[in-house]
This record gives sequence, structure tokens and C-alpha cells, in this order.
Amino acid sequence: MLKRNLLLLFAVIALAILPLVIHHGGTAEFNGADNEAAKLVETLRPGYQPWFTPIWEPPSGEIASLLFALQAAIGAGLIGFYFGRRSASGPRSAPGRRPEKLAPGE
Amino acid sequence: MHIMEGYLPLSHCLGWAAVSLPVVVYGSRRIIRLLNEKPETKMLLAASGAYVFVLSALKIPSVTGSCSHPTGTGLAAGLFGPAVTAVLGTIVLLFQALLLAHGGLSTLGANVFSMAIAGPFVAYGLYRGLTGIGASAALAIFAAAALGDLATYCVTALQLALAFPDPVSGTLGAAAKFLAVFAPTQVPLAISEGLLTVIVMNLLQRYSADELSALKPAVREA
Repeated sequence: MLKRNLLLLFAVIALAILPLVIHHGGTAEFNGADNEAAKLVETLRPGYQPWFTPIWEPPSGEIASLLFALQAAIGAGLIGFYFGRRSASGPRSAPGRRPEKLAPGE
Repeated sequence: MHIMEGYLPLSHCLGWAAVSLPVVVYGSRRIIRLLNEKPETKMLLAASGAYVFVLSALKIPSVTGSCSHPTGTGLAAGLFGPAVTAVLGTIVLLFQALLLAHGGLSTLGANVFSMAIAGPFVAYGLYRGLTGIGASAALAIFAAAALGDLATYCVTALQLALAFPDPVSGTLGAAAKFLAVFAPTQVPLAISEGLLTVIVMNLLQRYSADELSALKPAVREA
């Protein structure tokens, strides 16, 4: 199962790197699709002004990336904690299912 | 897929909020009941919420030369059902609206509807349907996570089109234009989300068989 999961993980990473390779040296800006949608709003309704602005905005891109990293870290930490606890107690077997062999290093 | 603050007319904001609120309230009651009846699933619920946290924070480059993020709601939808997922998604959207100016409070109802309700409903339906006809849990969760992700973005395109109909081709024309912005970017990301969720499901089947069987019939052994 470890092998299959690693293969899946490589596929995910490849899918994220591929666009960077394809557009290497090109003009792609890798803007957020949300901003692209906002631009489309501007062409459909020229001069549209949002009627409400965020009550607080991260003062800079650095602080925004800090908070995004924090969000991912909280999530990843919790998931790691969860699987850490579960794997420490060993693979549980459902009725009629034989426990699988432990992969090396686990 | 977050519709930015102030980008929907007030009437739309209120309308989407009115649709989303009952689902989130119902989901909260489901969570309370779940934790009373099956307290052993508490950690798995937290981990599923954490999965939404991680995935919706990752803005990943796509072949179209723009970036977008997965939703991460497919896993929770498959395990706990769409109503419970609505609550988890709302927490994430609130975090991003308040701290990151990503999405917004005025558009919260609309964003909850697309990411925390519509996507999870599609994911849940696919997961139950596919496992019901005997597909493996891996295949079912792949389809659920990937297509639930895409469904979220299709709903967002539709929400924007309703608010900003094309002067010539109307709402449908605008929907096609917004879809053209989101869909090509999102397809590879949806596949990534599907694959990643299969990994998590594999790990769960190995380490959390007890919790998965406690959640039946929401989860069936393949």
C-alpha cells in the first residue's frame, strides 16, 4: 500500500509542477482564478465597484502568506497527530479482515 | 472559487445566506448528535475538517497559467455526509474571510453554498452511489472528491453569472464565460484532489477501520 500511495503522491506533485514546466519562459502570470473572475466582472459590468470591502486585510503579501501557511500548518498538524495516534496503536482489523504487514519504518 | 467581498448584490447575498443557513444549522445538530452517539469518531471528524483547512489553503498552479485551490470537502462528505461537511466548510470560509480577505462576509452565504453544500452533496451522492454498486472505496472517493471539487466551481460560475448577466447573451452566456475562467484551471486540480483523497482513504482503511465501520452506513466496506 505504501508503494501505491507514493505513486499517487508523485502524480499529485507532477500535476503541480507540470504547469510550471509548460509555461517556463512564457507569459503566464499564475494569478489566482478568483482575480481572473473579478476581471471578467469588470468587462461584463464596466465600472463595477464592490459595495462592501473586507473589514480587515492582511497589510502585505508576506502577512497573507504567513496566514495561509498557518492555515495549512494547523490542518497538516492535526492530520499528522491523527494518523500518528492511529498508527501507534497498529493497524486495526475490521471483522474478517487480516491486519496487513507493517511497512518498513512504521 | 471564493467570490470576493462586495462582488454580489445585497439581494443575492441575502438569498444565498437564506439557503445556506438552514443546512449549516442542521449540520451542527447532526455533529452534536454524532458526537453524543459515536464519540469515537470525534478525532476523525477533526482530521476531516483539518483536511479541508489544508487543501483550501494551497493555491496550486494549473496548466492554464493561473492558480486555484482545491476544496478538500470530498473526504468529509464521503465519511460524514454533506450536512456535517457544510459546518466544516463554513469554519474554513469564515477563517479565510476574516483573516485573509479571501472571500468575504457579504458573500459568505454564496461561498458556503458552493464549497460547503453543493460540492459536498455531489461528492456524497457519488460516493454512496459508487460504493453502492460495488466500486472500491478508492475509486468512489476519487470520483467524489474530484467531481465535488469541480461542482463547487461550476456553482460559483453560475452564482457570478446570475449577478452579472452578459449584456448580449444573458445569464447563460455569462455562465459560459465564468466557467471558461474556472473550469480549465480547475480540472487538473480536481484530479490532484481526487488522488490525494485516495491516499487519505487508503490510510484510513488501514489505520481507522474501527471508526469507518462506526460511521456505517455512511461508509461501506468495498
